[in-house]
Amino acid sequence: MAKHVVVIGAGPAGLETSASLAKFGFNVTLVEKEDLSGGHLKKWHALFPSLMPGYEALDNIRKGLNPSVKMQVSTKITGMEAVNDYFTVTGHNGWQAKADAVVMTTGFQLFDAHRKEEYGYGIYENVITSADLEELFASGKELLNRHGRKPERIGFVHCVGSRDEKVNNLHCSKVCCITAVKQAIEVKQKLPDAEVFCFYMDLRMFGRHYEELYKEAQEKYNIQFIRGRLSESTEDQDGNVVVKVEDTLLGKPLRIKTGLLVLMVGMEPRANTRTLARRMGLKSVSDGFIQPVDEVLHSNYTEIPGLFVAGTCSGPKSIADTLADARSAAFAVADFFKK
Amino acid sequence: MTFDLFVLPFFIGLLFLVAVLVIKYSRWIALMDAPDRVKAGMALFSVNLLKSLREVFLESLLHRKMFKRNALLGYMHMSFALGWFLLIVMGNLESRIYSGGHINPPYYPIFLKFFIHDKRVLPFEIFTLPGFFRFTMDLLLLYVLSGLVLALFKRTRSKWFGLKRTTKHNSFDRWALTSLWLIFPMRLLAESFTAGIYQGGGFLTNTLGSFFALILPVQYLAYPAWWAYSTMLGVFFVTLPWSRFMHIPTEIVLIFLRNAGIEPGKYPGSFSEIEIRSCPRCGVCIDVCQMNQVGLTGSTAVYFIRSLRDKQPDISLNANCMMCGRCLEACPVGIDTLGLRVGARNVDNKILASDFSYLPARQETEKNVDVVYFAGCMGHLTPAVKRAMLQIFEAAGINYTFLDEDGSICCGRPLKLAGMKDAALKLVAENTSKIKRTNAKILVTSCPICYKVFNNDYKLDGMQVMHHSVFIDKLVEDKKLTLNPLGIKTVYHDPCELGRGSGIYEQPRHVLKQISEVAGVTEERANALCCGGSIGELNMSATQRNVIRDNALNVLCEPNPDILVTACPLCKKTFGPGSGTPVLDIAELVAESMNQEKPALKSKTIVEV
Repeated sequence: MAKHVVVIGAGPAGLETSASLAKFGFNVTLVEKEDLSGGHLKKWHALFPSLMPGYEALDNIRKGLNPSVKMQVSTKITGMEAVNDYFTVTGHNGWQAKADAVVMTTGFQLFDAHRKEEYGYGIYENVITSADLEELFASGKELLNRHGRKPERIGFVHCVGSRDEKVNNLHCSKVCCITAVKQAIEVKQKLPDAEVFCFYMDLRMFGRHYEELYKEAQEKYNIQFIRGRLSESTEDQDGNVVVKVEDTLLGKPLRIKTGLLVLMVGMEPRANTRTLARRMGLKSVSDGFIQPVDEVLHSNYTEIPGLFVAGTCSGPKSIADTLADARSAAFAVADFFKK
Repeated sequence: MTFDLFVLPFFIGLLFLVAVLVIKYSRWIALMDAPDRVKAGMALFSVNLLKSLREVFLESLLHRKMFKRNALLGYMHMSFALGWFLLIVMGNLESRIYSGGHINPPYYPIFLKFFIHDKRVLPFEIFTLPGFFRFTMDLLLLYVLSGLVLALFKRTRSKWFGLKRTTKHNSFDRWALTSLWLIFPMRLLAESFTAGIYQGGGFLTNTLGSFFALILPVQYLAYPAWWAYSTMLGVFFVTLPWSRFMHIPTEIVLIFLRNAGIEPGKYPGSFSEIEIRSCPRCGVCIDVCQMNQVGLTGSTAVYFIRSLRDKQPDISLNANCMMCGRCLEACPVGIDTLGLRVGARNVDNKILASDFSYLPARQETEKNVDVVYFAGCMGHLTPAVKRAMLQIFEAAGINYTFLDEDGSICCGRPLKLAGMKDAALKLVAENTSKIKRTNAKILVTSCPICYKVFNNDYKLDGMQVMHHSVFIDKLVEDKKLTLNPLGIKTVYHDPCELGRGSGIYEQPRHVLKQISEVAGVTEERANALCCGGSIGELNMSATQRNVIRDNALNVLCEPNPDILVTACPLCKKTFGPGSGTPVLDIAELVAESMNQEKPALKSKTIVEV
């Protein structure tokens, strides 16, 4: 009888893992807590660096899914247990399955920008997050601020909730730098007269074509990159967001009035993933992401035989990295069954 | 016979000690300015003296504060202090029986039993004068020895005494301690041997003496024992001014000067020297210090004060202090640990170069206002607090101006705590003129750090300074604000600068009780924990701060409140990102409560977080 694999989470990682596992001929059940697959990608307008539309990427990933993969949507995993050589996985609605292997593709949660109160998210109307901006782009509506005006100046704040020990996140979320460059360009395409500022600590343009895009943002789109972390923001009487920031290259404090301030929120491990990992007795490290047996050689294996990880539940990744990691996880599962 | 050579070690030691004390104290007092010296002099002849004597009796002899901490610890200290004190007083009185009421040379009462050999005391003779003294002196000696036994136990069983950690003493202190500890057993042996020879002594020395006489050649042992006793006293007196036992005489001077109304912080090098030497290194400050949680034990108040005394203050260690004031609260001597720390940080004093020209010019308002609001830097970092305060001003119909709406300069307290006194003064001067120009009657601030410095260091010509929690309480009392119960459970966290720093504990609780059920926690009010975000700490890493924060959160969230409430933007900013329970400032909760007819914030059991 074919082995049964349960994949938890139907974001890009879960979809790609399931597709690959099905190609190996395993019985696959893909469990999703929401009623629709796709995860964060559902709401994402366009992907860096090519500006490929998010829905197009998602459609292509979904297309790879063999009809034999059983989708179990609207099911939140509440329990998992390793019994002898199999796992029992339980959902909140009474759904239960016996699996020979489990792949956790539970993804990430966006940093809750309310936790950086000084930036004013949830307090000042024209402070939004990068995810809010993607939704705004995806809606196809005109780019206006919350007061219905065209912003003359737009600010992007890098590293919100990343590389910040005060909010318990020491890690770099990896994708926000290039996302900010991408979003800044998109803003400039929509509002060519607007001034766009990016406030950054470092710019980590590690991927192929990222540096080119960054260069283009400066040269072609005249986007201003200011090295300095935002200290605070206030609101003026017209609803503009006034930010205080130090330009650390010039060594000067700046006050800049923006019509829209975008916070580049980082990736955090999901609270539920942490709970599940703790219950399974997986090794926990300070950043809260699931720790594979070895980050270099065995990035999909956990301490528990038969339990695998893929995608951003084991650390921040781009969509491209996630898909490659997902296929690698499927291979690891197949390898595990061979032994 | 009223003299013997063996009294010399004691006598010389005593003269030496008195001479050293007189020289040291006069030098320190001479360094104070003339009006304060007059003040101290006048205090000698006023009711202040009675107050000081009462305090000396209660604290230096009875050790009341030690008793409050732990009964066994209190008894141990009291038996040494009160027991020895009474031995001296009673011994002196006893010696006068034999001199016909005359004052004797200082050594005579101490070694009375060497010079006077009474017969054994019969039980009924206790009611005669000599009998009474013989009995009492033995009882007092037994009392001191009981303390000594406890002190020995404390070496290994400090938990019985309410101390998890005890002071690590240096070798000099150990020598002084050993000589102190040996004084009383030596006295017991000397008096018992002599009692054994002459069948004299009280219930203790006579019994022991008779026993020793049976098994030991007491006639040969008595004289060396008196020498040993005298030598131990001499060694103790000579080492005292350089050991921790300098606190015994110095604490009395400290109490006197403090009650005379002289500011300790005013005199680095004089009054501060008296404070430093008043530290008995009892170690009570060690357990209360939250820096222990991250292994930063080298900068605890007791060791910091010792380093000052040894003239070897370690600048980096000195920077490791959150200035939360828990040690000050716990200190049985009441040493101004924070003032000493800031004083020592002054070595780093740097000058501020900025002329504040980067600030936008503030538009002078024509209108006369009642209240000037200052959010402070931390208030600006927590815009929800600032917004709530503005809503409250509007709702209460307050005629106010927002002084630092478009940015401001710092109140100066962080620089002051960092030891940058001159830079702080520059900020104080700049802010003072800005505040005064508003002509307001009340200055309200959201930040306890600003509040403390406005209150203590600013000269605002009678303008009243209020923390927003106190101002809100007044608005509610004056019926200018109507609050609606929110139907939630809260825990109130006392910010260091507001609670211990400024003595404000009740007003915030009074406000909170009207809108929520306020649960108590194990460490609150004067014993409240620091959030870990302290601006007084100059060295600690963010990781270490997070440990202190998380431990404090565990204590605060123990009653499982719906909201953790504080009254300090810095505490809110520190706790918020690490807390599973929502953290709000009291102003935010008040704004929520006055805006709602019905409860807006539901209990945690209903809302899924």
